[in-house]
Amino acid sequence: MHTTPEDEHDSAYSGLLVNDAHWAFGAAPVPDGHGEDPLAGVDTTIPDGVDAATLATYALMLGDDALVMSHRLSEWTSNAPDLEDDIALSNISLDLLGQARLLLARAAKADASVVPVLPEGSPVPPEDALAFFREAQDFRNVRLAELVNGDFAEATVRVLLFSTWRLAIFERLRASRDHVLAAVAAKGVKELAYHRDYSARWFVTLAQGTDESRRRLLAALDLLWPLWPELFDTHAFEAAAAAAGVGVDPTSVREAAEGVLEQVLAAADVPRPEAPRRVGVLGRTGRDGMHGEPLGRMLAEMQSVARAHPLGQW
Amino acid sequence: MRLMSRTPLQRARRAAESVTDPELPMLTLLDLGVLRDVDVVGDSHVVVDITPTYSGCPAMAAMRDDLVRELRGAGFDRVDVRVCLDPAWTTDWITPEGRAALAAAGISPPGPAPSSDGPIPLTLLPTARQVRCPQCESPATELVSEFGSTACKAQYRCTSCLEPFDHVKEI
Repeated sequence: MHTTPEDEHDSAYSGLLVNDAHWAFGAAPVPDGHGEDPLAGVDTTIPDGVDAATLATYALMLGDDALVMSHRLSEWTSNAPDLEDDIALSNISLDLLGQARLLLARAAKADASVVPVLPEGSPVPPEDALAFFREAQDFRNVRLAELVNGDFAEATVRVLLFSTWRLAIFERLRASRDHVLAAVAAKGVKELAYHRDYSARWFVTLAQGTDESRRRLLAALDLLWPLWPELFDTHAFEAAAAAAGVGVDPTSVREAAEGVLEQVLAAADVPRPEAPRRVGVLGRTGRDGMHGEPLGRMLAEMQSVARAHPLGQW
Repeated sequence: MRLMSRTPLQRARRAAESVTDPELPMLTLLDLGVLRDVDVVGDSHVVVDITPTYSGCPAMAAMRDDLVRELRGAGFDRVDVRVCLDPAWTTDWITPEGRAALAAAGISPPGPAPSSDGPIPLTLLPTARQVRCPQCESPATELVSEFGSTACKAQYRCTSCLEPFDHVKEI
């Protein structure tokens, strides 16, 4: 279409006719086309004496927990018992996705070698490459996050266990020597406190509700309880990150997290379960990349479109 | 002040401060406390610091685009928008003008934010807030849900005029 300069100036659509092609499945670009970096302007210098691979792997662990949990919660969208809780679970999912994006970006900035190599000219930003182009065995999330969704009681218990643990970690991570991790934690504690309190209230409500709601809650607790101890295992990378002053040893927050959980169980009049922990495979668990089959299926759905179009632009 | 006498920094501030939030368009980014700093660092080069309200706030990209467009329109060729994660955003940074604009638009403004230092105690009862209905100003309101239409809001209902409304939750 030929237009005079005056017409172009007057056209409401003229602003759309610019070449702003960008990666089709991730974040929007900034207008000058160098991509949107979620850490733009943040000091990503690695603190003195900290091993880059340790920092990157530690950030990946925390990022993968959030990414996988976020995806499972996003599967609740349009499926929750009522509109308010549909919105609540979506909001929790969104908060965790935001944390995941910052943490995966931090991992990539600390050590670029953790990022999958994509074809030359690929528009995929590093955090999206980590999310969409790794295999299940490269994910470092705890196994609690990846289970197939159950009923609303199961979501309640899972969010309670996950956010109680993660909040305890983040409360200490605020003192990390790494500026990015400290900042993500400072922001994350406010979000996680909401998630924890929301799920704790539903936990008490379901436990004190009808026979059916209590039965479902207890069944969910029995189902998930064997994966609770895994959250407090100390992986070698977590120990190294803690020793370097950038990470938190999960074992060190066990008492605080158990204390919160005891309050919820007492208010709900629910006895602490006694089921033994689920052991790993040859001692390996989620942090080692040893996952159940459901994670592979989840990733297949989450990643398939991006993988089919690694150069996709729109 | 005459237009010509404004310094580049004043021009940059004026342009950046005019940008509104994409989801709360009655509020400027300044009123929301998201705009943290504006600095002119060279000929037609401006650096802007913004802070996300929530980690996953999907409006950040739109805010960035809007800032770049406004500042380019104000004559700055190079606009760098930096993310400031620390200190984390708090609703205490919403200005009095911002609070008035929220209320005028039917959104209940936040009360004082709780301290987030040290361990955050568990609260099993709904958060106690003194929330007035932004429509009829009745104090008789009840919480519908701690999560609302965007990450930053909770849902309330007025038991006097029966209107539902959003409340910006304190963080």
